[in-house]
Amino acid sequence: MAAYDVKPNEQVHPGKPVIVDRYTVGARINHWITAASLILLALSGLAMFHPSLFFLSRLFGGGQFTRFIHPWIGVLLFVSFLGLFLRFWKANLWRPEDGTWLARFRDVLSNHEDNVPEVGKYNAGQKLVFWSMSILIIILISSGVVIWQQYFAAYTTIGHQRIALLVHSIAAVAIIGVWIIHFYSAIWVRGTIPAMTRGRVTGGWAWRHHRKWLRELIAGKPNGRSGSNPAE
Amino acid sequence: MFPPLPNPSTTDTAPRFSDKDLIRRSASTVPAPEQQLTEVAKLIDVSKCIGCKACQTACIGWNDTHPEIGLNAGVYENPADLTPDMFTLMRYSEWDNPETNELEWLIRKDGCMHCADPGCLKACPAPGAIVQYSNGIVDFVHENCIGCGYCIKGCPFNIPRISKVDHTAYKCTLCSDRVAVGQGPACAKACPTQAIVFGTKDEMKQHADGRIKDLKSRGYSNAGLYDPPGVGGTHVMYVLHHADQPELYSGLPKEPKISPLVEAWKGVTKYAGLTILGVAAGVGLLHHLVMGPNRVSETDEEHAEELTEGKNDGRV
Repeated sequence: MAAYDVKPNEQVHPGKPVIVDRYTVGARINHWITAASLILLALSGLAMFHPSLFFLSRLFGGGQFTRFIHPWIGVLLFVSFLGLFLRFWKANLWRPEDGTWLARFRDVLSNHEDNVPEVGKYNAGQKLVFWSMSILIIILISSGVVIWQQYFAAYTTIGHQRIALLVHSIAAVAIIGVWIIHFYSAIWVRGTIPAMTRGRVTGGWAWRHHRKWLRELIAGKPNGRSGSNPAE
Repeated sequence: MFPPLPNPSTTDTAPRFSDKDLIRRSASTVPAPEQQLTEVAKLIDVSKCIGCKACQTACIGWNDTHPEIGLNAGVYENPADLTPDMFTLMRYSEWDNPETNELEWLIRKDGCMHCADPGCLKACPAPGAIVQYSNGIVDFVHENCIGCGYCIKGCPFNIPRISKVDHTAYKCTLCSDRVAVGQGPACAKACPTQAIVFGTKDEMKQHADGRIKDLKSRGYSNAGLYDPPGVGGTHVMYVLHHADQPELYSGLPKEPKISPLVEAWKGVTKYAGLTILGVAAGVGLLHHLVMGPNRVSETDEEHAEELTEGKNDGRV
């Protein structure tokens, strides 16, 4: 069966509890580079956004260095997130069950997940986070280049730079908001953090939150072994 | 003739204004000053300007800047634009007056206008990098500047320039250091025709009135003072023979004001943005307190085990 969001290296390890592979070491390193960049960008960006947060620039050794490093971290984030995008975009395509899941979001919020449809590797909320991040990062890098005074000031008009400043700050507020949702969900839904630290979750977690994905994994790969490897 | 600026005395003079006289400080607040200084202004009478560039030379000399030796681009402007080393620039435009059929050579000394409502200061994110004294002078404080270039976006006149050497912003200071000891700006001191005069803002307006009357009597019926109200008035003003068309003078804006984009960015976005993020974090916290964590139950683990045991079945 061609499961759309099952990666060949994802295995189910029987036992008590069952352990399910969710992220490869590459995906996890990629994620944490992105996470660190986003946090550093938020801190340095907020320092230049609101006077009452200018003290955050001390974390970066002062205003001049904050101004210098912020755009370069932005470049790192863009490249790093591009890696995540290429890894995860397929599993984040919208599916029919996602609409139903979203319509019953109140049940999700009140921890009554038994009332919502079974979902694959990502639920509608995660997919929205993924696509919002993707779009916002494109907006941020393009508006960011326009206001990158040191190298790009000569290529645009001041009028364009004013628009870019406004767009950049609104998009930045939005992406920090999305990050708050992402970060909170990872804490609220217990058992999620090990997915990104150790790369694995328990079978119960997969059953509870991503049952369709678990079924596909088990159906596709009996005994948790990769049957499609021609070397075997 | 306006009384020329006195020569400096040889004795030490205490500065007439200091940080105690700040009325605005970028990205920070200042206590209201105890005294209000008399507002000063520089008046540039373009009808008297002969385009000699003595003002530019004096500016370079006093501020000890070292502009690069440029290339002749076939125009009178030299250098081609304001730079971090050139705080003031003569701009030349040739205009064929359709009413008189005569060619007019309109020369304007460009530089910081020292707005009463300075867009640069409003846009600046670095505390104390841009300050405004109660006498109207807007000054850049280089040790506080972070080189972001927001002042350039804030300025309605396209004046500040960022140095590629020390990555801080430069512009005309109205010779704040000279004014502080009772002198006038170096450019005004050097001007051979009194096209640039310096004094209190009231004196300058009065002097301008006389100049405008004179110009009107010579047929310049639209002569007038350029002191744009959109930026609260300026502390560098022009007498223009065609005050109805300031754009003729190398694009001097007719109704300059801080861009609404900059106002929105530094106004509603700044406050609404932080509020939204605060609320988002608060809602998360509240949700956790009210609903509690979403934990995997024993039954979930058992279901997963059964499913795994069931192998290819795939259904429970």
